[in-house]
Amino acid sequence: MHLQDTKVQRMIEINEELCKGCDICIDFCPLEVLAISASINRRGYYPPEVVNEEKCIGCRLCELVCPEFAITICNE
Amino acid sequence: MKDDVIIPGPEKRLKPHRLLKFLRQEILPTTFCPGCGCGTVLNGFAQAVDELGIDPKDMVFVTGIGCSSWIPSPYFKGDTLHTTHGRPIAFATGVKIMRPDLKVVVIAGDGDIAGIGGNHLIHAARRNIDMTVLMVNNWNYGMTGGQVSPTTPFGVPTTTTPYDNVEHPLEAAELVAAAGANYVSRWTTYHVFPLMESIQKALQVDGFSFIEILSQCPVSYGKMVDMRKASDFLKFYRDQSVRVHKAKAMSAEELEGKIVVGKLMERERTEFTASLRRINERFRKG
Amino acid sequence: MTQRQSRLKEFENRTLFLLGDEAAAYGALYAGCDFFAGYPITPASEIAEVMSRELPRVDGYYVQMEDELASLSAVIGAVWAGGKAMTATSGPGFSLMQENIGYAVMTETPCVIIDVQRSGPSTGQATKPAQGDVLQARWGTHGDHEIIALAPSSVQECFELTVASFNLAEQYRTPVILLMDGEIGHLRESVTFPTFDEVAREERRLAEPDTDLFGGEPIPPMSLFGEGRFIHVTGSTHKASGMRDVQTQAVHEELVTRLCQKIADARAEIASVEQDLVDGARIGVLTYGATARPARGAVLEARRMGCAVDFLRLITIWPFPEEAVKRLAERVETILVPEMNLGQIAREVERFTSLPILPLPKIGGVAHTVDEILEAILSSSSELGSAVG
Repeated sequence: MHLQDTKVQRMIEINEELCKGCDICIDFCPLEVLAISASINRRGYYPPEVVNEEKCIGCRLCELVCPEFAITICNE
Repeated sequence: MKDDVIIPGPEKRLKPHRLLKFLRQEILPTTFCPGCGCGTVLNGFAQAVDELGIDPKDMVFVTGIGCSSWIPSPYFKGDTLHTTHGRPIAFATGVKIMRPDLKVVVIAGDGDIAGIGGNHLIHAARRNIDMTVLMVNNWNYGMTGGQVSPTTPFGVPTTTTPYDNVEHPLEAAELVAAAGANYVSRWTTYHVFPLMESIQKALQVDGFSFIEILSQCPVSYGKMVDMRKASDFLKFYRDQSVRVHKAKAMSAEELEGKIVVGKLMERERTEFTASLRRINERFRKG
Repeated sequence: MTQRQSRLKEFENRTLFLLGDEAAAYGALYAGCDFFAGYPITPASEIAEVMSRELPRVDGYYVQMEDELASLSAVIGAVWAGGKAMTATSGPGFSLMQENIGYAVMTETPCVIIDVQRSGPSTGQATKPAQGDVLQARWGTHGDHEIIALAPSSVQECFELTVASFNLAEQYRTPVILLMDGEIGHLRESVTFPTFDEVAREERRLAEPDTDLFGGEPIPPMSLFGEGRFIHVTGSTHKASGMRDVQTQAVHEELVTRLCQKIADARAEIASVEQDLVDGARIGVLTYGATARPARGAVLEARRMGCAVDFLRLITIWPFPEEAVKRLAERVETILVPEMNLGQIAREVERFTSLPILPLPKIGGVAHTVDEILEAILSSSSELGSAVG
């Protein structure tokens, strides 16, 4: 299930309303795909935003470590 | 720090997270503090259920009192018995005996499972009753504001050990292995992939299975030790953890302060409810 | 014929010489009990021994837990998994069960708790009988609640009231406490067993899909685990759906008021007494449990001596049979309350009458004698100025 094929088109979906801005996904993404966004969500947290989507190898660490089910990797 | 604050307008349609189907979505987001490891445990658990293809109808969740008891109750969409403090394993014993066909899962904290309910843990492991217990160990009583717990490390300040904890922490996983469980492991919320695989394994074991999951509490515990970000804990778990096979070659001094992670026990002792049923078979007609 | 029916057929219409504890255990089997969790304690252990022997024979399950906290926990878990479940204990264990009794009240879990009362406080006289838990049964767990508690006075009644306890538990979806005492639990008497079909059994009322399990009607139907309803059972304040809401004042008020009213409103149906009233009585004797036996003897003896005395025995302790007590109070001039504690029910009686109440307490692990109660009757009688033949 761990996606290693970089030819697959991926989309990193961030559900900003579920995010509580803990930054774990940003701090532990091995390829620095994510960064703190400038926008604040309704609850006052800063969700991550994708800054280097092309670097994403789809390891799904961010998806599995997220305490809020706020980030997921979708394959197109 | 952030000057150009943008309040998002009507959202672009998201592809739903494939694990959300396991949750009571109407009550999300969770009430967990930002960065709380409880959500990561829920995530890993849902992932494990998804990968094993278990129908939530075939599961019962039994929880106690404390933050981590909220992991399945109410968030996981399944039958849930949210019990009194310390007693979930004892309640789960009654459930499992009457309905051995259901997978019984207890998720609760270190205070609940190893503190007030420690005796039930020992005896359920001794009986080797088929259930999966996830003890989410955040090293303190987080829900009540960060008091010392039976697993708080030695020498650490908490709200009730203002002059540092002078008690030694309980090694719950080793205790359960000694008590007779069929499967015991310890992981952390940093080790999300092996944790998820271990949950899968625990759910499949016939007998008592126990995973001690070190899980960050950046708010109640972190405030006392200046670890206020979830990532501070995850880095600590990453840097301080030692795999079981490596730990075996290390001295007690070398292991001081380390977190031994991995599978601590796997064996095949007779399961309790099956034994009860074998007694009943003797009296069955025909 | 089920396995249970065929096993119990061996007992039907037979008269056996049994302990009160043993009779209670057989009552549970007749009532349909298929799960028992307990922890050994004098003078209740014989209940566990019979259940451990008989439950596998009726395809039920016995488990000896690590303590009484765990015992009632397992019982409640078993009920939500479809069982009819019971535990049995004595004072120290009953004290440990109080928190989970509240849990059973709040989650509306039908179950039976037998308390074979012994002398306390604390370890007290561990092997000696007492009736010191009657107010603990009423108020032992924290928060507002109502409870059902019954007290048998004979071994036959240990059987019958255990059946009644299971039925009331299902009917009102609540824990029911059978307040035995060590005197009755360890008394050996003849018990005549009915046929299986003669025993009325209240079956669990199960909910239709999509109905509320914790509200919507005074006694909502239940649902069980494993049916795909994803039910949420919690001791926290919850809405009719079962989902927790600990913030809204009205939700808590509605829930707790309903839990109390469903039992309080049914007091007339639940409350059961045995009364033996005579014309011209100026003294009433009000009693329950083992104490009713010497009290009954004393009343009969007093009458034989020409002193008209009313006799009222509480079979239901909670909800308190206040109407029967009030009726007694209207007939007589004083009420004597012998009990094996320092006046717990005497005080309750005082709430319902302005008559002088004469407690006749006895503690120390020894039951009242007929003479002690007779003497108290005669001395009140002479104080009232009545001639005694």
